[in-house]
Amino acid sequence: MAEVNIPEDLKYTKSHEWIKIEGNIITIGITDFAQQELSDIVYVEFQLDTDDEISQGDPFCTIEAVKTAEDINSPADGKIISVNSDLPDDPSVINKDPYGQGWLAKIEVADQSFQDNLISAQEYLKITEQSSH
Amino acid sequence: MLKKTAFYNDHLKHGAKIVDFAGYEMPIQYSQGIVAETKTVRSAAGLFDVSHMGEIEITGPQALSFTNYLVTNDIESLQEDQVLYTVMCLEQGGIIDDLLVYRRPRGYLLVVNGANQDKDWQWVEEQSKKWDVQVTNLSDQTAQIAIQGPISEKILNKLVDQPLPNLNYYFSKDATINNQPALISRTGYTGEDGFEIYLDNRHASGLWDQVLTSGEEFGITPAGLGARDILRLEMGYCLYGNDITEQTTPLEAGLKWVVKMKKNDFIGKESLQQQIDEGVQKKLVPLAVSGKQIPRKGFPIMSNRQKVGEVTSGGWSPSLAKCIALGYVKKGHHKSGTEVEIEVRNRTIPAQIIKGPFYKQGSHL
Repeated sequence: MAEVNIPEDLKYTKSHEWIKIEGNIITIGITDFAQQELSDIVYVEFQLDTDDEISQGDPFCTIEAVKTAEDINSPADGKIISVNSDLPDDPSVINKDPYGQGWLAKIEVADQSFQDNLISAQEYLKITEQSSH
Repeated sequence: MLKKTAFYNDHLKHGAKIVDFAGYEMPIQYSQGIVAETKTVRSAAGLFDVSHMGEIEITGPQALSFTNYLVTNDIESLQEDQVLYTVMCLEQGGIIDDLLVYRRPRGYLLVVNGANQDKDWQWVEEQSKKWDVQVTNLSDQTAQIAIQGPISEKILNKLVDQPLPNLNYYFSKDATINNQPALISRTGYTGEDGFEIYLDNRHASGLWDQVLTSGEEFGITPAGLGARDILRLEMGYCLYGNDITEQTTPLEAGLKWVVKMKKNDFIGKESLQQQIDEGVQKKLVPLAVSGKQIPRKGFPIMSNRQKVGEVTSGGWSPSLAKCIALGYVKKGHHKSGTEVEIEVRNRTIPAQIIKGPFYKQGSHL
């Protein structure tokens, strides 16, 4: 397995998403570890679009890789304010740049309580070390 | 306890992602990824570790008639060094395994699927008791690599001590590599020209890097089980456990061409004759799938909102840049050109039954 990049300034979920928090706007993507696990991503489909309401735990997007398909769930209650519409045309940018051009969606969160479920870069590193063998 | 092949450390060195497959720790992909590996095998060559495959040797006075009794294809006409694809069946006609039979100087060599090697060995050993034959399980001592791709022959020629002129498709030769014996056949599971090399584990050390070094100037890549699965699916080749099982017969699986009803008695003959007389109720078909949602094993195949079958293998084809699948459909829905739908996560996507293979530019054809 290649080196796993886990930026210190982001928050993480145990299900391998990264979250960037800017006030009540959050940006979601999948981590470098997740894209390496999935490898070759060939298709991204958004079930929800801009202005759709979303609840914590609900899927908003499916990432289809050669080996498997994964639903990506919202880490918070809120409203989708933007999805990365470049992805359906070139989903491989998630493999190439998971923390940059490979972002999935931006959500305006209802409140900050979702942060209780997030973990730090250090805690996430431990999860990746347990998952890989 | 998972087994490791002779090339395990080579895989780690090349950034392999290791998975448990057939009781072995096998590379599913290397650092480049499945799609890149698949494309490189089609355009240049890939090196595969297939040491998980099982090898069973049959020798003795009745080796020919016993082997012919075990399998559905006819090995009687095999020339010296020729190789044959076949299946072996249960009495009821279900497929125990698909395999290659090599005609060897002293008898026959069966090369069986890794996941089935224990089951197959027990079956062959049990059946052999009524015959004047010796059966030997060589699986644990045998390493196997496959070099697959249009430029495979150039790589092989740099590898072997003496060139192998006129090694035809589905023929084998005893050769030496670094003065050690190796059995080489022009066979494979990718649709490309290529070779499979069998040798004793004791002689396998260093071979992996030697092949990669020999093939470097031609652009060879190490390739894992992920690429192997896509390459065989692009050719419409069956994978045991998915497309063929003990619950399917070779007639249902489109493998009638390996069932020779005119030869002497073989295991499953009566049941297969009955199925020929009555007609099959389901057929394995290739499906060209619209859209980019990948159909996967177990997804229902629908027609007019009725389930008419099930996907047994599916994937995204890098060579065709579209989704492809194999699946069983009820008789009546199996003709090429038939439009069906595949249920993918609560929605249906259109698919069409086609004539295989999906990929038609393979270098061995």
